[in-house]
Amino acid sequence: MDQQTTIKADHVTKVYGKGQAAFSALQDVSLQIKPGESVAIVGKSGSGKSTLMHVLALLDKPSNGEVLINDENAARLSGRQIDGLRNKRYGFVFQQFFLNANESVLSNVILPLKIAGVGRRERKEKALKALEAVELADKANSKAADLSGGQKQRVCIARALINNPSVIFADEPTGNLDSHTGALVEDLLFKLNKEQGITLIIVTHDADLAARCKRELYIKDGRLTKGSNV
Amino acid sequence: MNLLDLLQTASDNMFRSKIRTFLTIIAIFIGAMTITLTNGIGTGIKSYLNQQLGNLGATNVLFITLSAPSASPSSGPQKYTYSANSQVASGGGGRRAAVQLMMTSADLKVIGSIPGLTDVTAAHSPSPDYVQGTGDKYQVAMLPQYGSTTAPMVAGNGVSNSSSANQVSIPQSYVEPLGYRSNAAVIGKTVTFGVTNAYGVQSTVTATVTGVQQNNLLGESTLYANNALTTQIQNTQNEGIPAALADTFQTAYAIFPSNYTTAQINHLKSELTAKGYTGSTIKDKESTIFNAIDVVIDVLDMFGGIALLAASFGIINTLFMSVQERTKEIGLMKALGMNPRRIFLLFSIEAVLIGFWGSLLGVAVASLVGKAINAIGQHGFLKNFPGLNLLTFPPRTILTVIIGIMLLAFLAGTLPALRASRKDPIEALRYE
Repeated sequence: MDQQTTIKADHVTKVYGKGQAAFSALQDVSLQIKPGESVAIVGKSGSGKSTLMHVLALLDKPSNGEVLINDENAARLSGRQIDGLRNKRYGFVFQQFFLNANESVLSNVILPLKIAGVGRRERKEKALKALEAVELADKANSKAADLSGGQKQRVCIARALINNPSVIFADEPTGNLDSHTGALVEDLLFKLNKEQGITLIIVTHDADLAARCKRELYIKDGRLTKGSNV
Repeated sequence: MNLLDLLQTASDNMFRSKIRTFLTIIAIFIGAMTITLTNGIGTGIKSYLNQQLGNLGATNVLFITLSAPSASPSSGPQKYTYSANSQVASGGGGRRAAVQLMMTSADLKVIGSIPGLTDVTAAHSPSPDYVQGTGDKYQVAMLPQYGSTTAPMVAGNGVSNSSSANQVSIPQSYVEPLGYRSNAAVIGKTVTFGVTNAYGVQSTVTATVTGVQQNNLLGESTLYANNALTTQIQNTQNEGIPAALADTFQTAYAIFPSNYTTAQINHLKSELTAKGYTGSTIKDKESTIFNAIDVVIDVLDMFGGIALLAASFGIINTLFMSVQERTKEIGLMKALGMNPRRIFLLFSIEAVLIGFWGSLLGVAVASLVGKAINAIGQHGFLKNFPGLNLLTFPPRTILTVIIGIMLLAFLAGTLPALRASRKDPIEALRYE
């Protein structure tokens, strides 16, 4: 990890639509996530938890309020700077994996480095290292489509790891897995949190997974109900 | 993403749905092939004509006539004013019944005074009655050789104006009638021309055959004479004509330095115009013919253009489909920090690659077809046009076609590429 990242949300509101059809996905949300923390964002579907993650991950812009990255207002960053931030400091793990099924595990894992323009040899080295970390080095040349669900999610974690991120955003990482493989993926994420100090921000409706995090933020109808510490 | 990765990713993406890409490439291919073939025909015919017209003279020759009085047909009768130059041309067997402006040697001096013009010579028309080799006498048409560039020869060399000996080159069709078995056998042999003077008395002039001309479009039966022969025949046929009449001719020609630019040549022409003459080069004569060819080629090109226009809609369609199919992938790449400009580039490159492969295939097949047609034509339907490569493909044309089509493909790709680059990553990732 090259740099510590502190993420702060300051009275963030997100409204979709206009006028009568307007719908507030987030209402006046304030929170702070310190480097090395593990945070669960818990809520039912439609509660706004995914929107909160998207806003924190700079995939979406708040309608009102500010998101601050290391005390710098994200609204003041250029598109290029935000892209660079997501590419270099953030890792993403999604419920539906989003792997390119026809390509090899290796080329799926190197995607963030390819986007960053890293040279061929270096990115292959790093990809193999990341695959070792998720214990899938032997599958490097397999087609992504040939893997089991648990293996796919581990490939995703390897992809999230490859750029040495300071924060990993995981959106329902175990949602598509059975409890056994889900537990393995969880172990892996918390190991990274503990050993490498990577901040974990996990969106889930699974109370057991949430309980393993150091802090749980409960969200209902776009409002934080419990766990806000700002 | 660096350029090499973009190129490779775009190329991989292109071949992901092979049949669709293949069909789009076929559409481009048809357009590219059509355009290459039509241009090939244009170039082939033009370079053939260039070669055939070469015997009218070198490119640095100006053909000079007296300017005609400017009278438009609708302006009614023009008033007559006496001019020493206005005479009815008496020669040519009465074929030229119109009033022709005749020049005299005085005109040559005036023309010669223009700086840049040298070797101002009267273009006489030698008209011998017959030519005779070792056997019978045959009718003959003769032209003086202008300048030093001669028609292509199948044996021997063209005549030389710098030689003081009488020289003539003959068409292939004259070899046997003159009594020789092969083209080579006639080279260096002497032939006799019969010339009638103004009193009706026929006498003979001899000349050495220096070459046998390749068959060409303009004259299968025209002999070319050098200056020495032209002058001798002219002098012989003018015996008995009053000196003032004998010294008349319609056309003069003059040589200008071959490194003259178009602007300099135009300047020469305007100086001639100021003195009452009209000058034209071999290029001017060619351009009339070439303009006609260009119109035909342009029309044919339009068909190719229409095919390409249709094909570019194919590209737009194909790319829209693949943008749609790859929505999630685009979303992921954006989430992982790929900037929209690179996404745009990725799809644009894919479009350009489709254009590249289509056009490459098109020009390759067109070249092969061209080669085949040329080979078949030489032994079949183009037998009477030796030296004609109906289809010629200069590398520059080929390059222009490929680059032009790649550009067209890029333009066609902008719309889908723009849509891809504007996709919202969250929407894209949610898309099922």
